[in-house]
Amino acid sequence: MSVDAAELNEKLHRKDIRDRWFLSAPALILIGVASVGPLLIVLLYSFLAPGNYGDVKWAFSTDGWFNVFFSRDIFDDTVSLADAHFTIFWRSIRLALATTVLCLIFGFPTAYFIATRAPQNRSIWLFLITIPFWTNMLIRAFAIQEVIRSEGLINTILIKLGIIQAPIQMLFTDFAILLGMTYVHLPLMVLPLYASLEKLDFRLIEAAYDLYASRFNVLMKVIVPLVKPGIIAGSILVFIPALSSYVIPRVLGGGKNLMIGNLIELQFGQGRNWPLGAALSVTLVVIVLFAMLYYVRNAGKNGGSAHG
Amino acid sequence: MAKRFSIRRQPGFATIAMFSFFVLYLPIATLVVYAFNSGTSIATWEGFSLRWFQSAWQNQQVIEASIRSLQIASIAAVIATVCATLAALATTRTAPYRGLTFKYSMVNMPLLVPEIVTAVALLILFSRIKVWTGYSGLGYLILAHSAFCVPFAYLPIRARLESMDLSLERAAADLYANAFQTFRYVTLPLLWPGILAGLMLAFVISLDDVVITEFVKSGGQDTLPTYMLGQLRRVVTPEMNAISTVFLMLSLAIVTVFFFLSRNPQKDDK
Repeated sequence: MSVDAAELNEKLHRKDIRDRWFLSAPALILIGVASVGPLLIVLLYSFLAPGNYGDVKWAFSTDGWFNVFFSRDIFDDTVSLADAHFTIFWRSIRLALATTVLCLIFGFPTAYFIATRAPQNRSIWLFLITIPFWTNMLIRAFAIQEVIRSEGLINTILIKLGIIQAPIQMLFTDFAILLGMTYVHLPLMVLPLYASLEKLDFRLIEAAYDLYASRFNVLMKVIVPLVKPGIIAGSILVFIPALSSYVIPRVLGGGKNLMIGNLIELQFGQGRNWPLGAALSVTLVVIVLFAMLYYVRNAGKNGGSAHG
Repeated sequence: MAKRFSIRRQPGFATIAMFSFFVLYLPIATLVVYAFNSGTSIATWEGFSLRWFQSAWQNQQVIEASIRSLQIASIAAVIATVCATLAALATTRTAPYRGLTFKYSMVNMPLLVPEIVTAVALLILFSRIKVWTGYSGLGYLILAHSAFCVPFAYLPIRARLESMDLSLERAAADLYANAFQTFRYVTLPLLWPGILAGLMLAFVISLDDVVITEFVKSGGQDTLPTYMLGQLRRVVTPEMNAISTVFLMLSLAIVTVFFFLSRNPQKDDK
């Protein structure tokens, strides 16, 4: 009898799992067709030859990948490293890292501030952080553009106060991109930091003060290690979209200060070199994957100790 | 000096926090204020007027782009939410089983892949299909939007499901409700706030999208964001501010409702 029960259970279990596959099928198919699947096509295209007017010729070629790293002189066929690409990649990584650091500098105190409010008020502060986040990215970029343009708010105020005579050129510089990216991504840093800080056990801080720790030591040696998972999560959440920014550099960088995203677009627009664009896209995905991998490894290590 | 010593205080943190909030809202506030400027400049204030709202309202391109945006966002949000609800039911409240991790990572994948790469991938795929089938309607945009909205709709639904009490469904089953009845009369009503929250999140995300739309759209298929992106290259008048302000108000309204729907799921269970 117990054997029958076990068999029945096993059958029910198998049916349950089958049902669960049916239930998830629509989402899996939708994402497979219109989000993940096409990435494989990008990989395929990176190994084809460019067509004359965009698109590709159906012939195997490694030119796309070759062109990511090297450039061939049109006149004497000499091969040299593709400086332009390396410069843009390096710029993008630098800007994304700087954005992450700035978001951390402003986001950490902000998250800490919210986490130390009275519990009933916290959700209002959090709401205030989330509103700009749900505001269209383009509108936020446009808003930044207005504030920093030559006849914009900042320059007008500085001139009125007599601090400067002529407006400072801020728009269409790296500074503008950095400002815009920090502005846009700050909530992504604050939210995971808040989630960590909210769980912070203040008895530990009390203990540190009892042992004559200074405020700075409490911050660096007690609080920061305890919320490290939040810091890593926030940094990754900022770094990845910042690295692949397209709208911000386009609107605030004014077309000459490119980032990887704009370089990719160029290959599908004016450049008409789809295989190169595809290879650049794959490169970007690989960088993002490495960042994710770093996150998963570190979050796994520290997540355990933080809860212990 | 007389401030009481508090272990929670860190010097300067409150100041930085206030500065962050100020900086977050200053550009948006400026943008909204200049939407009401009567002059043609977006930098010098010349007096209060609603003329730019009027001019945006009479701009055929703006109206068409707005309608297209709303159309795409509504359809895509519904498709994404239905898929996400089913996927959430399939991936929660169970012991780990083979394929669970796969499903979970598939559903969240659109969040991880850089948007520009997805955009390029869809451009390649859809441009082929356009040649093969000759169809170049809004279907491509709706399909693309539905896909990247799934993880956003999935998040609140899954959260709601996980905080739900299993005992009610067990009770229904004990009272001889079949699987469908249990779902229809017990699970679904309890899950409803999560589904609505997911729907609204998906709607806002679709409405805001620039990058994927910019690459996937065929000629004459501008949505409001891609129309604005095109306009930003030219001389900008406060009409842009007016459009942005209306857009902002719409997002704000949706997010406020979302906020109240998704907070404290346990509270309204009782």
